[in-house]
This record gives sequence, structure tokens and C-alpha cells, in this order.
Amino acid sequence: MTATVEQPTAPPGARKVTARSLTETVFRVREISIAGCLVLLVLGTWAANHRFLSEQGIKDLLLNASILILLAVGQSVVVLTRNIDLSVGSVVGLSAFACGKFVSGTDRNAVLALLLGIGVGALCGLVSGLLVSFGRVPSLVVTLGMLYIIQGTDYWWAHGQQINAADVPASVLDLGSGSVLGVPYLALIAVAVLAAASYYLRSYRGGRELYAIGSSPEAARLAGIPIRRRILAAYVFSGAVAGFAGALWLARFGTVVADNAHGWELTVVSAVVVGGVAITGGTGSVWGAALGALLLTTVGSVLVVLKVDSFWQSAITGALLLAAISVDRIVTLRMTSALRKRNARHVHQV
Amino acid sequence: MSTKSDLSRFLRWDVAVGILLVAVFATGAGTTEGFATTGNLSFALNDIAEVAIIALPMTLLVVAGEIDLSVASMLGLASAVSGKLWESGWAFETIVPVVLAIGVVGGLLNGWLVTRVGLPSLAVTIGTLTLYRGLASVALGSNAVTDFPETYARWTSDTNTVLGFLPYPFALFIVLAAVTGVVLHATGFGRSLFATGAQEEAAYFSGIRVKRIKLLLFVLTGLLSAFAGIVFTLRYGSARADNGQGFEMLVIASVLLGGVDFDGGKGTLGGAIAGVLLIGLLKNLLILNDVANEVQVIVTGLLLVASVLTPRVIAAALERRHRRAAAAV
Repeated sequence: MTATVEQPTAPPGARKVTARSLTETVFRVREISIAGCLVLLVLGTWAANHRFLSEQGIKDLLLNASILILLAVGQSVVVLTRNIDLSVGSVVGLSAFACGKFVSGTDRNAVLALLLGIGVGALCGLVSGLLVSFGRVPSLVVTLGMLYIIQGTDYWWAHGQQINAADVPASVLDLGSGSVLGVPYLALIAVAVLAAASYYLRSYRGGRELYAIGSSPEAARLAGIPIRRRILAAYVFSGAVAGFAGALWLARFGTVVADNAHGWELTVVSAVVVGGVAITGGTGSVWGAALGALLLTTVGSVLVVLKVDSFWQSAITGALLLAAISVDRIVTLRMTSALRKRNARHVHQV
Repeated sequence: MSTKSDLSRFLRWDVAVGILLVAVFATGAGTTEGFATTGNLSFALNDIAEVAIIALPMTLLVVAGEIDLSVASMLGLASAVSGKLWESGWAFETIVPVVLAIGVVGGLLNGWLVTRVGLPSLAVTIGTLTLYRGLASVALGSNAVTDFPETYARWTSDTNTVLGFLPYPFALFIVLAAVTGVVLHATGFGRSLFATGAQEEAAYFSGIRVKRIKLLLFVLTGLLSAFAGIVFTLRYGSARADNGQGFEMLVIASVLLGGVDFDGGKGTLGGAIAGVLLIGLLKNLLILNDVANEVQVIVTGLLLVASVLTPRVIAAALERRHRRAAAAV
């Protein structure tokens, strides 16, 4: 193993390696820059108000971010393939209500509720995925339609009814409020899903193929990648994660009404975009998307802590989103042209 | 040969939506008392006036291969600013140009980020969707301004009509639609939109100023969204920061339902208008029949999915038959 690491560095290969490591740094910098913003934001706020980094403060931050992080992970897998899933907000709503209905007034196990949530979500994802991959129709239209269909079904089923925390069994509520060594279960779950998705995307053939499909569908088709099956799988994953998030929503809040997570689809897409996953597919990582979700949540908390008028919250979030994608774009353009110049010079010297 | 081309013309989706529209109207008139009355139709048309107005520039944008999700937020911003200025004693005649100018500036920002910075319009307008709605709530907070005078409010009422059944906002929509239709389907500018949406690079190299055109379309969309904000405010007699929340989805649903291809380059304005009217009439019909709001939402979703799926299913079936016929020969 060590031998293979030490092996390379023949002269022509060396040039290639430096160029590649620079590119790699650029891509790593994308996540580093978001993380840097996050650290600055947190430290700045902490300087202004020390209570922000109290144990309770951090716990609240993690709890608030966990569900959004989960959804961002699911969404980025779909966005990588150059598609989009606008139905996630309504899937969370439907799954939260289904789980609430299932456990309320009983002492059913939390695990069953989670499985039910995942099942409901995966089913919704399956329908969207089939329409997109086998119907070959634009994903924006299909998932916008699914948003209405799922939301309508949820409203129709709930019929103004509400699930109350008092009826939800303790095992479910414990999942939402409990913690290990001060870290909430929800945050641990989010990180576990994040790590698993990241590992799959990085190290498995299926994961790499999702990037290939997003970068160039035509090339992916010619390379014999089963595009339809991969896209279908991405949607089922996104749906299952959203359903899971719905079950966790019930665990976290206990109270569930029909329009839970209404409008969240755009927040999730924002998080993914801020996190450096290109909406045109093929680039980005789930870590970036999760950092994007954490950043958006933190901005919300910071504005509260700094006592900024709540009316400003949405305006500031929107401005930050625009700034983030613009800066990212400009940096990428600069880097690409710098790299091109560098490589041109090398060629010249050779 | 001629029967086949007739068949394929009949199978064009925008024509099918038009037929569906007539069918819905006939069904409504036949089964539902009070549906085909001038009073009800005036009400139904007035009720979709803002969505219809915004759908016009949105059609042009989608044809040119872009999208604007910030339209409803711009509507809300226009409404909030109108309310704020009215509250602080401005004359309505001064408020209107100021609000329209805000629409132009908002559209310029969208267009600039898309065409100059080179960002995808979906990402940009999700950002400005959040930004403009935020600015609306900064302008007006959670207040509602409701004391608009009768002289202005009357203009948007569904009982105050042209030709006995057309409410003013909808009559205005018809004028705008006629202009848009001519521009899109009978001018070189309109053709360049289709060219841009179908193959941007090819359009650019054949001398079409792709970026300038897109910038213009975003400005137009901002302007008309702000105008729709004024109409909305007067029609409900209420300026609020959250006015028209979620309308962006409804506008896009209507345009796509009318057969305008989301990938750009294909579609007709007639189809888009038929899509708007179909959603509006269906909603009215369902309300008159006491069908629950939830079911209306589901119907909209099903229509949308069907609108993209059906043409492809038909095309696939036709192709298969064609291939089989060719194989038989």
C-alpha cells in the first residue's frame, strides 16, 4: 500500500499532478469557504452575545439544522443528476402526519414510526422518479405537480385535524429531544445519513455515475450507464430521506398539522445551492450541501440572537444566497482562466 | 398523408388544452347552476387576473429558456410599498410609477445576475424570491393597509365591467395578451426568442443578441409583476407583505400546462392563456360544486403531470406505430 503512494513522480506526470492538486484544492476550497463563513458568523455573534455559544444555544442550533441537513442531502443527490425535487416539503408534511396518525394514542415503538415515514417518502419518490426517468419529462414540472398532489392528499386526509404532543408516545418524543453526551439524537442521525451518502457518492460506482449523468447525460448514455435506473434511485433516496425527516419532525415537535414544512422545498434548494452543488448538475458534495443548510439555519438564529428585526430575516437570507452563488461563480471563472494560463505556459516550456 | 398531418395538428398539446377548456366550460354550463352566468364568469375571470398578467412575460421567458420564480414576491413587494406610501400620504398617481420602477429594478437585478454574472435563472430567482419577499416585510411589517379609496378600488371590482362582462383588470389583460401574442408569433423578435430557447449558442452565432434579449425579458417580467401587485392590492383592498404568496407556482403551472416546453424553444401564447383559463375555470367550477379546496390542489397537480406526460406518451405511441408500419413495408 505505502509503495503505491510513494510510487509516482516521473517528470511528465509531475506537471499533471500539480495541476490536478490545484484543481482539487479549488474544489476543497468551496467547502472550506462556506465553513469559513460559518465560523466567522458564529464567532462574530458569540463576541456580541456570549449566550449564543452556551450549551443550550448550540443544542438548539443543531436541532434546528438537523432536519434541513437531511433534506439537503437527499436533494443534492437529485440535483447532482441535473434534476430537481420540488416535492420534498410536501413529503415531509405527509409523512409527519402519517406517522402522527400511526402512533397517536398508542404506545407504538419509535422505530416503527421511522420505518413508516421512510416508506411513505420512498413511495412518493418512486412516483416522481418513475415519471422523470421513464416518462422522460422535465423534473421541475413533474415534481411541481407532485408537490400539489401530495400536499392536496395530506390536507384532504388531515382535514384540519391536528396531532398533539400529548397523544404521541414518549419513545417517539424522546427521539426528538434526547441526546448522547450533549449531542442531540437528531444531529447524530443527520451526520450518519450524511456520512453514508457521502461515502456512497465518493466510493461506489453508482455514486460516481450520478456525477457522470449530471456532467454530461449524453456521454453517460454512450458510456453505458443505466441513466434511468440511477435517476430513479436518486428520487427514491430523496423521497425516503424526506419521509424520514417527516417522522423526525413529529419526534421533534410532537404537534403536527397539515401544512408542516410548507414551502420548505425552496429553502432546501437554497441550502444546496449555497453549499456549492451546481443546479446544472455534476458538481458539488453532500458535505457542502449540509454546510449550506447549517449556514442558512445559523443565519436565522444569529438574527434572533442579535435582536435583528425579524422582518429583515428573509431579506438578509436572500441577499446572502445571491452573494454566495455570485462569489462562487466569479471565483470559479477566475480559477478556470488561471489554470488555463498555467497549463498553457507549461506546454509552451515543454 | 394529409390525414396524418391533420391528426398531428389535432394532437398538439395547446390545441388539446383549448378543447379541454371548452369541455370544462360545457360541462360546467350543463351541470352547475349559476356557472354560465355573466356574474359568475366575471368573478372567475377577475379572480385570475394577476396570474394571467404575469403568465404573459413568463411565457416569453420560458420560451427563451429561462424562468423567474421571484414574480409573486415582486407582487408582494409592490403591494407592500403601495400600502406604505399610501399610508404616508402619497397620491396614488405618484405611487403607481414608483412601484412600477421598483419592478423594473427588480427585473434588472434578476437579468443582470443571469446574463452578466452567468448564473442559472432557477438559482438566482430562488434568491430574489426570498429577497423581494423579505424587502416587502421590511417595508410594511405585518401590517395591512386597507383604507384605499373607493375611486381606485372600484376599477378592479368584478361588477364594474367593460361590454357587460369583462372586469377592467381582465380587459387590460386581453389587450396585453394581444400585444404579446403579436410580438411572440409575428415578429422577428418573437422568432429570436424561440431560437434562443432552442439553441442558445446557434442563436448567438446567427447574430441574435441573446443576453440583451434575456435581460429585457426579465425587466418586463419584473414590471408586469409589480403592476399585478397594484391590481391585487386594489382588488382585495388590502396591501400586505404576504400578498400572492405561492403565486409563482400557479403561474408556472399554468404556462407549462398550456404546452410551453420548460426546456425552451417550444410553445404558443394561446396555449399558455388556455392553461391559465383552464386552471381558473376549473377552480371556479369546483368551488361552485362545494368540492373541497384540497381536491382542487390535487386536480391542479394531476393536470400538470398529465400536461407533460400525455404528449410524450402519444408521441411514443405514434412513433412505435410508425416504426411497425415501416417494418411491415
